Amino acid sequence: MACRQDMHNQPKYIPLRESEFFADGSSARPLVEDTVARGTLQDDSAFYTGKSGTQELDTLPLPLTKELLDRGEARYNIFCAPCHDRRGNGVGMIVHRGYRQPPSYHIDRLRQVPIGHFFDVITNGFGAMPDYRAQIPPRDRWAIAAYIRALQLSQHASAADIPAPERDKLSQTSAPPQGTEKREH
Amino acid sequence: MSQIFLRPFNIYSKLSIVVTAVLVGGLSIIVFGMSWTGYVTGQGVTRDQPIQFSHAHHVGSMGIDCRYCHSTVEESAFANIPPTKTCMNCHAQIWTNAPILEPVRASFRDNRPLQWWRIHDLPDFVYFNHSIHVNKGVGCATCHGQVDRMPLLYQEASLQMRWCLDCHRNPAKYVRPRDQVFNMNWEPPADDPGLGERLVKEYKIMDVRQLTSCSTCHR
Repeated sequence: MACRQDMHNQPKYIPLRESEFFADGSSARPLVEDTVARGTLQDDSAFYTGKSGTQELDTLPLPLTKELLDRGEARYNIFCAPCHDRRGNGVGMIVHRGYRQPPSYHIDRLRQVPIGHFFDVITNGFGAMPDYRAQIPPRDRWAIAAYIRALQLSQHASAADIPAPERDKLSQTSAPPQGTEKREH
Repeated sequence: MSQIFLRPFNIYSKLSIVVTAVLVGGLSIIVFGMSWTGYVTGQGVTRDQPIQFSHAHHVGSMGIDCRYCHSTVEESAFANIPPTKTCMNCHAQIWTNAPILEPVRASFRDNRPLQWWRIHDLPDFVYFNHSIHVNKGVGCATCHGQVDRMPLLYQEASLQMRWCLDCHRNPAKYVRPRDQVFNMNWEPPADDPGLGERLVKEYKIMDVRQLTSCSTCHR
Protein backbone atom coordinates (compact mmCIF):
# COMPACT_ATOMS: atom_id res chain seq x y z
CA MET A 1 0.00 0.00 0.00
CA ALA A 2 1.05 3.56 0.30
CA CYS A 3 3.57 2.57 2.91
CA ARG A 4 7.31 3.08 2.69
CA GLN A 5 8.71 2.21 -0.71
CA ASP A 6 12.37 1.91 0.31
CA MET A 7 12.71 -1.59 -1.11
CA HIS A 8 10.90 -0.70 -4.30
CA ASN A 9 13.08 2.30 -4.98
CA GLN A 10 16.49 1.47 -3.66
CA PRO A 11 19.26 4.07 -3.71
CA LYS A 12 21.05 2.42 -6.62
CA TYR A 13 21.39 3.18 -10.29
CA ILE A 14 19.32 1.24 -12.75
CA PRO A 15 19.52 2.14 -16.45
CA LEU A 16 18.59 5.77 -17.12
CA ARG A 17 17.74 6.50 -13.49
CA GLU A 18 18.32 10.08 -12.43
CA SER A 19 21.42 10.89 -10.40
CA GLU A 20 21.74 13.54 -7.71
CA PHE A 21 25.49 13.13 -7.65
CA PHE A 22 26.54 14.06 -11.17
CA ALA A 23 26.12 17.65 -12.27
CA ASP A 24 24.16 16.78 -15.42
CA GLY A 25 21.70 14.66 -13.43
CA SER A 26 22.41 11.54 -15.45
CA SER A 27 23.56 8.27 -13.92
CA ALA A 28 24.69 6.93 -17.29
CA ARG A 29 28.14 8.40 -17.81
CA PRO A 30 29.65 9.16 -21.21
CA LEU A 31 32.73 7.11 -21.97
CA VAL A 32 36.08 8.69 -21.33
CA GLU A 33 37.72 9.32 -24.67
CA ASP A 34 39.64 6.36 -26.09
CA THR A 35 37.94 3.90 -23.74
CA VAL A 36 37.80 0.36 -25.06
CA ALA A 37 35.26 -1.80 -23.28
CA ARG A 38 36.05 -5.47 -22.95
CA GLY A 39 35.14 -7.25 -26.17
CA THR A 40 34.80 -4.08 -28.24
CA LEU A 41 38.36 -3.68 -29.48
CA GLN A 42 38.01 -2.72 -33.13
CA ASP A 43 41.32 -4.10 -34.33
CA ASP A 44 40.08 -5.09 -37.77
CA SER A 45 39.69 -1.68 -39.35
CA ALA A 46 38.31 -3.00 -42.65
CA PHE A 47 35.50 -4.75 -40.78
CA TYR A 48 34.66 -1.67 -38.73
CA THR A 49 35.02 1.02 -41.40
CA GLY A 50 34.14 -0.78 -44.61
CA LYS A 51 37.38 0.56 -46.07
CA SER A 52 40.84 -0.72 -46.68
CA GLY A 53 42.94 2.44 -46.51
CA THR A 54 40.74 4.90 -48.37
CA GLN A 55 39.38 2.27 -50.75
CA GLU A 56 35.89 0.93 -50.02
CA LEU A 57 35.88 -2.85 -49.59
CA ASP A 58 34.68 -4.73 -52.61
CA THR A 59 34.00 -8.00 -50.82
CA LEU A 60 32.11 -8.92 -47.70
CA PRO A 61 34.61 -9.30 -44.80
CA LEU A 62 32.62 -12.21 -43.37
CA PRO A 63 31.21 -15.40 -44.85
CA LEU A 64 28.01 -14.97 -46.85
CA THR A 65 25.40 -17.35 -45.47
CA LYS A 66 21.64 -17.70 -45.63
CA GLU A 67 21.51 -16.68 -41.95
CA LEU A 68 23.43 -13.49 -42.69
CA LEU A 69 21.03 -12.57 -45.50
CA ASP A 70 18.00 -13.35 -43.34
CA ARG A 71 19.43 -11.20 -40.59
CA GLY A 72 20.11 -8.48 -43.13
CA GLU A 73 16.55 -8.62 -44.41
CA ALA A 74 15.11 -8.34 -40.91
CA ARG A 75 17.40 -5.44 -39.96
CA TYR A 76 16.83 -3.72 -43.31
CA ASN A 77 13.08 -3.83 -42.79
CA ILE A 78 13.43 -2.32 -39.32
CA PHE A 79 15.94 0.44 -39.94
CA CYS A 80 16.10 1.16 -43.67
CA ALA A 81 12.62 0.47 -45.02
CA PRO A 82 11.01 3.57 -43.45
CA CYS A 83 12.91 5.63 -46.06
CA HIS A 84 14.20 3.23 -48.70
CA ASP A 85 11.06 1.11 -48.80
CA ARG A 86 11.09 -2.65 -48.54
CA ARG A 87 11.81 -2.83 -52.26
CA GLY A 88 14.74 -0.43 -52.07
CA ASN A 89 13.24 2.01 -54.54
CA GLY A 90 13.60 4.98 -52.18
CA VAL A 91 9.95 5.86 -51.62
CA GLY A 92 9.38 4.60 -48.11
CA MET A 93 6.75 5.70 -45.62
CA ILE A 94 8.64 8.75 -44.35
CA VAL A 95 9.35 9.97 -47.88
CA HIS A 96 5.61 10.16 -48.42
CA ARG A 97 5.55 12.43 -45.37
CA GLY A 98 8.08 14.89 -46.74
CA TYR A 99 11.51 13.45 -46.02
CA ARG A 100 14.00 14.00 -48.80
CA GLN A 101 13.80 11.07 -51.20
CA PRO A 102 16.87 8.84 -51.27
CA PRO A 103 18.03 7.37 -54.58
CA SER A 104 16.75 3.98 -55.56
CA TYR A 105 19.22 1.12 -55.09
CA HIS A 106 18.27 0.01 -58.55
CA ILE A 107 20.25 2.60 -60.46
CA ASP A 108 23.51 1.83 -62.24
CA ARG A 109 25.64 4.01 -59.96
CA LEU A 110 24.55 2.13 -56.82
CA ARG A 111 24.67 -1.23 -58.53
CA GLN A 112 28.33 -0.60 -59.27
CA VAL A 113 29.55 0.83 -55.94
CA PRO A 114 31.63 -1.53 -53.80
CA ILE A 115 29.73 -3.20 -50.97
CA GLY A 116 31.84 -1.30 -48.45
CA HIS A 117 30.09 1.87 -49.60
CA PHE A 118 26.80 0.74 -48.05
CA PHE A 119 28.60 -0.10 -44.81
CA ASP A 120 30.24 3.31 -44.77
CA VAL A 121 26.97 5.15 -45.42
CA ILE A 122 25.16 3.25 -42.64
CA THR A 123 28.06 4.01 -40.31
CA ASN A 124 28.57 7.68 -41.13
CA GLY A 125 25.42 8.82 -42.91
CA PHE A 126 25.34 10.40 -46.34
CA GLY A 127 23.65 13.59 -47.51
CA ALA A 128 20.27 13.80 -45.80
CA MET A 129 20.66 10.37 -44.26
CA PRO A 130 21.72 10.33 -40.60
CA ASP A 131 24.29 7.83 -39.34
CA TYR A 132 23.07 4.57 -37.82
CA ARG A 133 26.27 3.66 -36.00
CA ALA A 134 24.56 3.69 -32.61
CA GLN A 135 21.45 1.79 -33.68
CA ILE A 136 23.01 -0.93 -35.83
CA PRO A 137 26.07 -2.91 -34.69
CA PRO A 138 28.83 -3.51 -37.31
CA ARG A 139 27.96 -7.12 -38.05
CA ASP A 140 24.36 -6.16 -38.76
CA ARG A 141 25.55 -3.35 -41.02
CA TRP A 142 27.37 -5.91 -43.15
CA ALA A 143 24.30 -8.12 -43.12
CA ILE A 144 22.23 -5.20 -44.39
CA ALA A 145 24.83 -4.36 -47.05
CA ALA A 146 24.69 -7.97 -48.24
CA TYR A 147 20.89 -7.86 -48.30
CA ILE A 148 20.92 -4.64 -50.35
CA ARG A 149 22.98 -6.52 -52.92
CA ALA A 150 20.32 -9.26 -52.92
CA LEU A 151 17.61 -6.61 -53.34
CA GLN A 152 19.47 -5.14 -56.28
CA LEU A 153 19.79 -8.53 -57.86
CA SER A 154 16.07 -9.16 -57.37
CA GLN A 155 15.20 -6.09 -59.42
CA HIS A 156 17.83 -6.59 -62.09
CA ALA A 157 17.49 -10.20 -63.06
CA SER A 158 16.16 -12.08 -66.01
CA ALA A 159 13.97 -15.14 -65.86
CA ALA A 160 16.99 -17.22 -66.81
CA ASP A 161 18.65 -16.34 -63.46
CA ILE A 162 15.96 -18.20 -61.54
CA PRO A 163 16.54 -21.93 -60.96
CA ALA A 164 14.12 -23.94 -63.08
CA PRO A 165 11.94 -25.42 -60.28
CA GLU A 166 11.42 -21.96 -58.75
CA ARG A 167 10.64 -20.53 -62.17
CA ASP A 168 7.88 -23.06 -62.66
CA LYS A 169 6.33 -22.03 -59.35
CA LEU A 170 6.41 -18.40 -60.42
CA SER A 171 4.69 -19.00 -63.74
CA GLN A 172 1.83 -20.71 -61.91
CA THR A 173 1.06 -17.68 -59.76
CA SER A 174 0.69 -14.37 -61.53
CA ALA A 175 3.11 -11.82 -60.09
CA PRO A 176 1.69 -8.37 -59.31
CA PRO A 177 2.89 -5.68 -61.72
CA GLN A 178 5.84 -3.73 -60.36
CA GLY A 179 5.22 -0.55 -58.36
CA THR A 180 1.47 -0.92 -58.01
CA GLU A 181 1.32 -2.84 -54.74
CA LYS A 182 -1.25 -1.51 -52.37
CA ARG A 183 0.32 0.66 -49.71
CA GLU A 184 -0.84 0.42 -46.15
CA HIS A 185 -0.05 3.95 -45.05
CA MET B 1 -24.64 -0.09 45.75
CA SER B 2 -26.73 0.03 42.65
CA GLN B 3 -25.50 -1.38 39.33
CA ILE B 4 -23.61 1.02 37.04
CA PHE B 5 -24.72 -0.70 33.84
CA LEU B 6 -28.38 -1.33 33.69
CA ARG B 7 -29.76 -4.35 31.93
CA PRO B 8 -30.88 -2.41 28.77
CA PHE B 9 -27.21 -1.41 28.15
CA ASN B 10 -26.44 -4.96 27.02
CA ILE B 11 -27.73 -4.09 23.59
CA TYR B 12 -25.02 -1.38 23.25
CA SER B 13 -22.22 -3.72 24.23
CA LYS B 14 -23.39 -6.28 21.69
CA LEU B 15 -23.88 -3.65 19.05
CA SER B 16 -20.37 -2.26 19.57
CA ILE B 17 -18.87 -5.70 18.88
CA VAL B 18 -20.79 -5.96 15.61
CA VAL B 19 -19.92 -2.40 14.57
CA THR B 20 -16.22 -2.92 15.31
CA ALA B 21 -16.20 -6.15 13.31
CA VAL B 22 -17.90 -4.48 10.37
CA LEU B 23 -15.56 -1.49 10.51
CA VAL B 24 -12.37 -3.55 10.69
CA GLY B 25 -13.60 -5.96 8.02
CA GLY B 26 -14.80 -3.20 5.73
CA LEU B 27 -11.63 -1.20 6.14
CA SER B 28 -9.40 -4.16 5.32
CA ILE B 29 -11.50 -4.92 2.26
CA ILE B 30 -11.07 -1.32 1.14
CA VAL B 31 -7.33 -1.31 1.85
CA PHE B 32 -6.81 -4.69 0.20
CA GLY B 33 -9.00 -3.75 -2.73
CA MET B 34 -7.11 -0.50 -3.20
CA SER B 35 -3.87 -2.39 -3.70
CA TRP B 36 -5.36 -3.90 -6.86
CA THR B 37 -6.34 -0.61 -8.41
CA GLY B 38 -4.35 1.59 -10.74
CA TYR B 39 -3.99 4.04 -7.86
CA VAL B 40 -1.41 1.70 -6.34
CA THR B 41 -0.18 -0.40 -9.30
CA GLY B 42 -0.14 2.40 -11.84
CA GLN B 43 -2.22 0.27 -14.19
CA GLY B 44 -4.02 2.22 -16.88
CA VAL B 45 -2.61 5.57 -15.77
CA THR B 46 -1.09 8.00 -18.25
CA ARG B 47 1.33 10.66 -17.12
CA ASP B 48 2.30 14.09 -18.35
CA GLN B 49 5.41 13.40 -20.38
CA PRO B 50 7.78 16.09 -21.66
CA ILE B 51 6.47 15.32 -25.18
CA GLN B 52 3.06 13.98 -26.04
CA PHE B 53 4.65 11.08 -27.83
CA SER B 54 2.13 8.82 -29.51
CA HIS B 55 2.92 5.17 -30.05
CA ALA B 56 -0.43 4.95 -31.87
CA HIS B 57 0.92 7.35 -34.50
CA HIS B 58 4.48 6.05 -34.82
CA VAL B 59 3.73 2.34 -34.56
CA GLY B 60 0.08 2.10 -35.52
CA SER B 61 -0.14 4.43 -38.48
CA MET B 62 3.50 4.77 -39.61
CA GLY B 63 4.40 1.14 -39.07
CA ILE B 64 7.78 1.76 -37.45
CA ASP B 65 9.16 -1.40 -35.88
CA CYS B 66 9.58 -1.42 -32.07
CA ARG B 67 13.29 -2.07 -32.52
CA TYR B 68 13.92 1.04 -34.59
CA CYS B 69 13.89 2.95 -31.29
CA HIS B 70 14.12 0.23 -28.63
CA SER B 71 17.11 -1.21 -30.43
CA THR B 72 18.70 -3.14 -27.56
CA VAL B 73 15.62 -5.12 -26.54
CA GLU B 74 16.84 -8.34 -28.14
CA GLU B 75 20.32 -8.28 -26.63
CA SER B 76 19.99 -6.47 -23.36
CA ALA B 77 18.12 -6.71 -20.08
CA PHE B 78 16.95 -3.16 -20.61
CA ALA B 79 14.87 -2.13 -23.61
CA ASN B 80 16.46 1.24 -24.13
CA ILE B 81 14.61 4.50 -24.30
CA PRO B 82 16.00 5.97 -27.53
CA PRO B 83 18.43 8.87 -27.36
CA THR B 84 17.20 12.17 -28.83
CA LYS B 85 19.35 11.46 -31.88
CA THR B 86 16.92 8.69 -32.85
CA CYS B 87 14.01 11.17 -32.83
CA MET B 88 16.07 13.56 -34.93
CA ASN B 89 16.75 10.90 -37.56
CA CYS B 90 13.33 11.83 -38.92
CA HIS B 91 12.46 15.04 -37.14
CA ALA B 92 15.48 16.88 -38.49
CA GLN B 93 13.37 16.98 -41.65
CA ILE B 94 9.80 16.25 -40.61
CA TRP B 95 7.73 18.69 -38.52
CA THR B 96 10.83 20.83 -38.03
CA ASN B 97 8.86 23.88 -36.84
CA ALA B 98 6.22 22.14 -34.76
CA PRO B 99 6.09 23.77 -31.31
CA ILE B 100 5.17 20.44 -29.75
CA LEU B 101 8.61 19.12 -30.74
CA GLU B 102 10.60 22.04 -29.35
CA PRO B 103 11.71 20.06 -26.25
CA VAL B 104 13.16 17.43 -28.61
CA ARG B 105 15.10 20.01 -30.60
CA ALA B 106 16.25 21.74 -27.40
CA SER B 107 17.43 18.40 -26.03
CA PHE B 108 19.40 17.75 -29.22
CA ARG B 109 20.85 21.28 -29.35
CA ASP B 110 21.93 21.42 -25.72
CA ASN B 111 22.85 17.74 -25.43
CA ARG B 112 20.52 17.32 -22.47
CA PRO B 113 18.43 14.17 -22.22
CA LEU B 114 14.65 14.40 -22.22
CA GLN B 115 13.29 13.46 -18.83
CA TRP B 116 10.56 10.92 -19.39
CA TRP B 117 8.35 9.48 -16.70
CA ARG B 118 8.90 5.80 -16.49
CA ILE B 119 5.60 3.98 -17.09
CA HIS B 120 6.64 0.38 -16.51
CA ASP B 121 8.60 0.52 -13.28
CA LEU B 122 9.21 -2.81 -11.59
CA PRO B 123 10.30 -2.75 -7.95
CA ASP B 124 14.09 -2.68 -7.57
CA PHE B 125 14.10 -6.10 -5.91
CA VAL B 126 12.88 -7.73 -9.11
CA TYR B 127 15.34 -8.95 -11.71
CA PHE B 128 13.85 -8.58 -15.16
CA ASN B 129 15.53 -9.21 -18.48
CA HIS B 130 13.87 -8.18 -21.74
CA SER B 131 16.15 -10.16 -24.03
CA ILE B 132 15.35 -13.58 -22.57
CA HIS B 133 11.61 -12.95 -22.84
CA VAL B 134 11.78 -11.66 -26.40
CA ASN B 135 14.05 -14.51 -27.51
CA LYS B 136 11.83 -17.17 -25.94
CA GLY B 137 8.75 -15.99 -27.79
CA VAL B 138 7.04 -13.59 -25.41
CA GLY B 139 5.49 -10.87 -27.54
CA CYS B 140 5.81 -7.18 -26.71
CA ALA B 141 2.02 -6.90 -26.64
CA THR B 142 1.70 -9.76 -24.17
CA CYS B 143 3.01 -7.53 -21.39
CA HIS B 144 2.72 -4.03 -22.82
CA GLY B 145 -0.67 -4.40 -24.47
CA GLN B 146 -1.49 -3.04 -27.88
CA VAL B 147 0.91 -0.14 -27.74
CA ASP B 148 0.09 0.63 -31.38
CA ARG B 149 -3.32 1.81 -30.20
CA MET B 150 -2.12 3.99 -27.33
CA PRO B 151 -1.96 7.72 -28.13
CA LEU B 152 -0.37 8.17 -24.71
CA LEU B 153 1.42 5.20 -23.26
CA TYR B 154 0.04 3.57 -20.16
CA GLN B 155 0.72 0.42 -18.24
CA GLU B 156 -1.63 -2.23 -19.53
CA ALA B 157 -0.84 -4.95 -17.00
CA SER B 158 -0.85 -4.70 -13.23
CA LEU B 159 2.84 -5.78 -13.04
CA GLN B 160 1.99 -7.45 -9.75
CA MET B 161 3.80 -10.65 -8.89
CA ARG B 162 0.71 -12.76 -9.43
CA TRP B 163 0.55 -11.38 -12.95
CA CYS B 164 4.14 -12.45 -13.65
CA LEU B 165 3.38 -15.87 -12.20
CA ASP B 166 0.35 -16.34 -14.46
CA CYS B 167 2.77 -16.83 -17.31
CA HIS B 168 5.67 -18.39 -15.39
CA ARG B 169 3.29 -21.11 -14.21
CA ASN B 170 1.89 -21.78 -17.67
CA PRO B 171 4.10 -20.30 -20.40
CA ALA B 172 2.47 -22.40 -23.14
CA LYS B 173 -0.60 -20.21 -22.87
CA TYR B 174 1.36 -17.06 -23.71
CA VAL B 175 4.34 -17.80 -25.97
CA ARG B 176 4.22 -17.19 -29.71
CA PRO B 177 6.54 -17.93 -32.63
CA ARG B 178 9.72 -15.84 -32.49
CA ASP B 179 8.97 -14.11 -35.77
CA GLN B 180 5.69 -12.80 -34.35
CA VAL B 181 7.14 -11.29 -31.17
CA PHE B 182 7.06 -7.73 -32.51
CA ASN B 183 3.69 -8.14 -34.18
CA MET B 184 1.16 -6.09 -32.22
CA ASN B 185 -1.85 -7.95 -33.59
CA TRP B 186 -0.83 -11.59 -33.30
CA GLU B 187 -3.41 -13.93 -31.86
CA PRO B 188 -2.96 -17.61 -31.09
CA PRO B 189 -4.30 -19.59 -34.05
CA ALA B 190 -7.67 -21.10 -33.18
CA ASP B 191 -7.01 -24.24 -35.22
CA ASP B 192 -3.74 -25.12 -33.47
CA PRO B 193 -4.24 -25.44 -29.71
CA GLY B 194 -0.99 -27.38 -29.32
CA LEU B 195 1.20 -24.54 -30.62
CA GLY B 196 2.11 -23.17 -27.18
CA GLU B 197 3.20 -26.56 -25.85
CA ARG B 198 5.32 -27.16 -28.96
CA LEU B 199 6.99 -23.76 -28.73
CA VAL B 200 7.80 -24.27 -25.04
CA LYS B 201 9.66 -27.45 -26.05
CA GLU B 202 11.25 -26.00 -29.17
CA TYR B 203 12.51 -22.86 -27.42
CA LYS B 204 13.65 -24.93 -24.44
CA ILE B 205 11.71 -22.81 -21.98
CA MET B 206 12.61 -23.80 -18.44
CA ASP B 207 10.62 -26.19 -16.34
CA VAL B 208 7.81 -24.53 -14.35
CA ARG B 209 9.60 -25.37 -11.09
CA GLN B 210 12.57 -23.32 -12.22
CA LEU B 211 10.42 -20.58 -13.71
CA THR B 212 8.64 -20.13 -10.39
CA SER B 213 11.70 -20.49 -8.18
CA CYS B 214 12.16 -17.41 -5.96
CA SER B 215 15.67 -16.73 -7.17
CA THR B 216 14.68 -16.68 -10.83
CA CYS B 217 13.28 -13.19 -10.36
CA HIS B 218 14.62 -12.16 -6.94
CA ARG B 219 18.36 -12.43 -7.23
